Amino acid sequence: MSKDDQILEQFASKEYEHGWSVDFEADSAPPGLSEDIVRFISAKKDEPSWLLEWRLKAYRNWRKMIEPKWANVHYPKPQFEDIIYYSAPKKKKTAESLDEVDPELLKTFERLGISLTEQKRLTGVAVDAVMDSVSVGTTFKKQLLEQGIIFCSFSEAVKDYPELVKKYIGSVVPSNDNFYAALNSAVFSDGSFCYIPKGVRCPVELSTYFRINAANTGQFERTLIVAEEDSYVSYLEGCTAPQRDENQLHAAVVEIYAAKSAEVKYSTVQNWYPGDKNGKGGIYNFVTKRGICAGDYAKISWTQVETGSAVTWKYPSCILKGDYSQGEFYSVAVTNNYQQADTGTKMIHIGKNTKSRIVSKGVSGGYSQNSYRGLVEIHPRAENSRNFSQCDSLLMGDKCGAHTFPYIEVKNKSSQIEHEATTSKIGEDQIFYCTQRGIDEESAVALIVNGYCKEVLNKLPMEFAVEAQKLLALTLEGSVG
Amino acid sequence: MSKLTKEQVDHFFIDQFQSFENKLNGESKKPLHQLRKAAITAFKENGLPAAKNEEYKYTNIAKAFAKHLNVEALSDNNFALSSDEAAKYFIPELDAVRLVFVNGMLNKELSDLENLPEGLQIQPIKTAQDDFQDDFARHFNTHKIEGSDSFSDLNTAFTDGGVFIKISKSAVIEKPIACYYFTDAKEADVISQPRNLVIAEKNSQTSMVESYITIGEYASFTNAVTEIVVEDDSIFNYYKYQDESEKAIHVGATLVHQLGKSVFNSGTFSFNGAMIRNNLSIAVHSEHSETNMIGLYFLDYSTHVDNHTVVDHRVPNCESNETYKGVLDGKSRGVFNGKIFVRQPAQKTNAFQSNRNILMSDGSEMDTKPQLEIWADDVKCSHGCTVGQLDKDQLFYLKARGLDEKTAKSMLLNAFASDVVNPIKIEALKKLIESKIIERL
Repeated sequence: MSKDDQILEQFASKEYEHGWSVDFEADSAPPGLSEDIVRFISAKKDEPSWLLEWRLKAYRNWRKMIEPKWANVHYPKPQFEDIIYYSAPKKKKTAESLDEVDPELLKTFERLGISLTEQKRLTGVAVDAVMDSVSVGTTFKKQLLEQGIIFCSFSEAVKDYPELVKKYIGSVVPSNDNFYAALNSAVFSDGSFCYIPKGVRCPVELSTYFRINAANTGQFERTLIVAEEDSYVSYLEGCTAPQRDENQLHAAVVEIYAAKSAEVKYSTVQNWYPGDKNGKGGIYNFVTKRGICAGDYAKISWTQVETGSAVTWKYPSCILKGDYSQGEFYSVAVTNNYQQADTGTKMIHIGKNTKSRIVSKGVSGGYSQNSYRGLVEIHPRAENSRNFSQCDSLLMGDKCGAHTFPYIEVKNKSSQIEHEATTSKIGEDQIFYCTQRGIDEESAVALIVNGYCKEVLNKLPMEFAVEAQKLLALTLEGSVG
Repeated sequence: MSKLTKEQVDHFFIDQFQSFENKLNGESKKPLHQLRKAAITAFKENGLPAAKNEEYKYTNIAKAFAKHLNVEALSDNNFALSSDEAAKYFIPELDAVRLVFVNGMLNKELSDLENLPEGLQIQPIKTAQDDFQDDFARHFNTHKIEGSDSFSDLNTAFTDGGVFIKISKSAVIEKPIACYYFTDAKEADVISQPRNLVIAEKNSQTSMVESYITIGEYASFTNAVTEIVVEDDSIFNYYKYQDESEKAIHVGATLVHQLGKSVFNSGTFSFNGAMIRNNLSIAVHSEHSETNMIGLYFLDYSTHVDNHTVVDHRVPNCESNETYKGVLDGKSRGVFNGKIFVRQPAQKTNAFQSNRNILMSDGSEMDTKPQLEIWADDVKCSHGCTVGQLDKDQLFYLKARGLDEKTAKSMLLNAFASDVVNPIKIEALKKLIESKIIERL
């Protein structure tokens, strides 16, 4: 067992690879939140009055709400009065081409391994890079526009397509949905907007990268994806953040609207700074993600790989409103050191013959706590609906915890629901089998964990699968040869 | 009928305690009364579980109170239940040590406490606090346990008419101990709060069955607590059978401490009632223990049954198995919450849990939440749960062979329930439950 401890030791002492920060002159609002700040943000972004009203309404609701406490996570309460709710890189004009983008910024992305130019040419991924809330470069925009696909930053969308934004914003996650969604609705700085018109199949994987940069800046991203009838889009989102001592708050909102026969595939790899090995610092990630299958035969699929954040609190959900609609949730959550993750999904079956599938894999090591919390709700009229859930936990070390809280509420007699969960550690026999065949113990652990997560990793688009595997290997560094 | 809020119900019980206390002549100096007072203080702090309470998310007892119970016109006297009448509700063909409680108080006339088998001692809890002072001090309400809540506090505060049962070292009690709890609601609404303490000493073997019966048209609220202490190498079989009236509210806690390497088997069978909440909490304090739990809820009309179970693995090398099954018809509602805690020292724990349900009607509802909380790494734990309906192919197969729909259905449901009926170790109880299932179909 001493070998195990050793591996864990190495695993635990691994430094955060992307931990560095670049100095920009930030154009910030004073810390704290008031109606004036909301007005300030709105004015900064030249927003129309309806959006300001919408923000103010959210803000007033937020004032009345109290922070939720039910999640199985413990952390010092964020000081909402000390947060700077808006900060944008100073040189902020919308770039027409990559040449106009701040070279400093481009360098940042290169260090992260996201070369806009490279990616553009080689991988065919259109990247809408978000750095501290203002979109700085959008590639492939023109090509996409030719097909009628809109993929731009949220603020551009507000300017150029106000009627679309107005129609769909808050339609899936209402501004008073929960504490953090309300906060986000009041102060969201920027984000991505994506619109796929009727009958269009988006030819490339759409992707955005989020990074938290300036100190003390809460990131309040808002993503809105609208897929019209018979359309298809695969959307990717990845996060890495520089090392910080103070806890940073990240409260994003993602809304997906899928009309009749539309399909949206949403994948994300999240690698916010998790804090150091003593649990100091790290990002708070309190995210509301929800999609609605509004029309018949619509399909939404969430795939996530979570390796970062000090505290994660995230439940990508599907409302299956249309008949024959489908929802999927594939998740790998890895926690280490003092990380805490409370994550899962909600599948709300409203339409007839709706189907959902949940596969959740948790890996916890060090002193971390990893919880799965999910809801499967079958409404009385959701005839013949079907759900299958599987949530497995893998424990690496005897100081960590794995918890499952699956809620299953069934109000229809013709539906069928199955749920299963297991918790175990890597078997000594499995390790033995590998070592006997000449694979050293560290590689064996990596092999087994990769195999354990394979079901989910396979669901990621190719470009992302590589990154995810890299991340997983990184988290397991020390045990990987 | 009065509509009560949670606060009003809380106050009602606190007031009740006042008058209850006044009636206890000369008891106020005894240790038991100190416990009562501590419990009512704890109850005052929390009151009944609020609507937002996670453990009572699907089961709103205060609402059931408001709907059924008229606390202003409670019956306060014990009716004379004739032995003939009582006998109708005894489990048929069961040769048992019989204990009969009427409205929470032990009724010696109806009980059969003569000629107790060797090694078995039974006493009213009030006298036992003196006669068995050591046992009492060691075990009565002393062990902390997950899953006991303010209802348990409330029960402790009103400890009065229950019994103390002790099985001596190495005793093998052949006859099961049968406890019948009659709620006599013929003339007014009734509240009863029986409280028992059972101690199974080293190397003993016991079977016990608790049956809850309501008579009469009026509403009732039963808040029962049975504490069971199982010592080294003992085997304890415990069954709970509930067939109450449609105005009966029942909250029952069975709090079990497995102190030694022991085997504890439990079975919970619910058929009727307005709102039934069963808290089965088992704390495993000693290595190499085994815990088996089975449950069946076979519901119709607007019966609401909520089974909350907790197995708290605190030590290594233990095993627990849990299987609960439900069949829901009419407008009935089933709730299941099975918690398994595996604490950090509890390495090499094997814990399995499954909850399977069949919905028979459109009005029925099932809310299930199997919950694993694990802090130890070298464990094997799993849970599974399903909600579905009878397999159409199987029904077709049987019908194709000439069985009518009803027979085919009952055959399949019987097979479904057999997993949880077959392990029952008391033959007469098994028969009763089988007949109850057939009657339902």
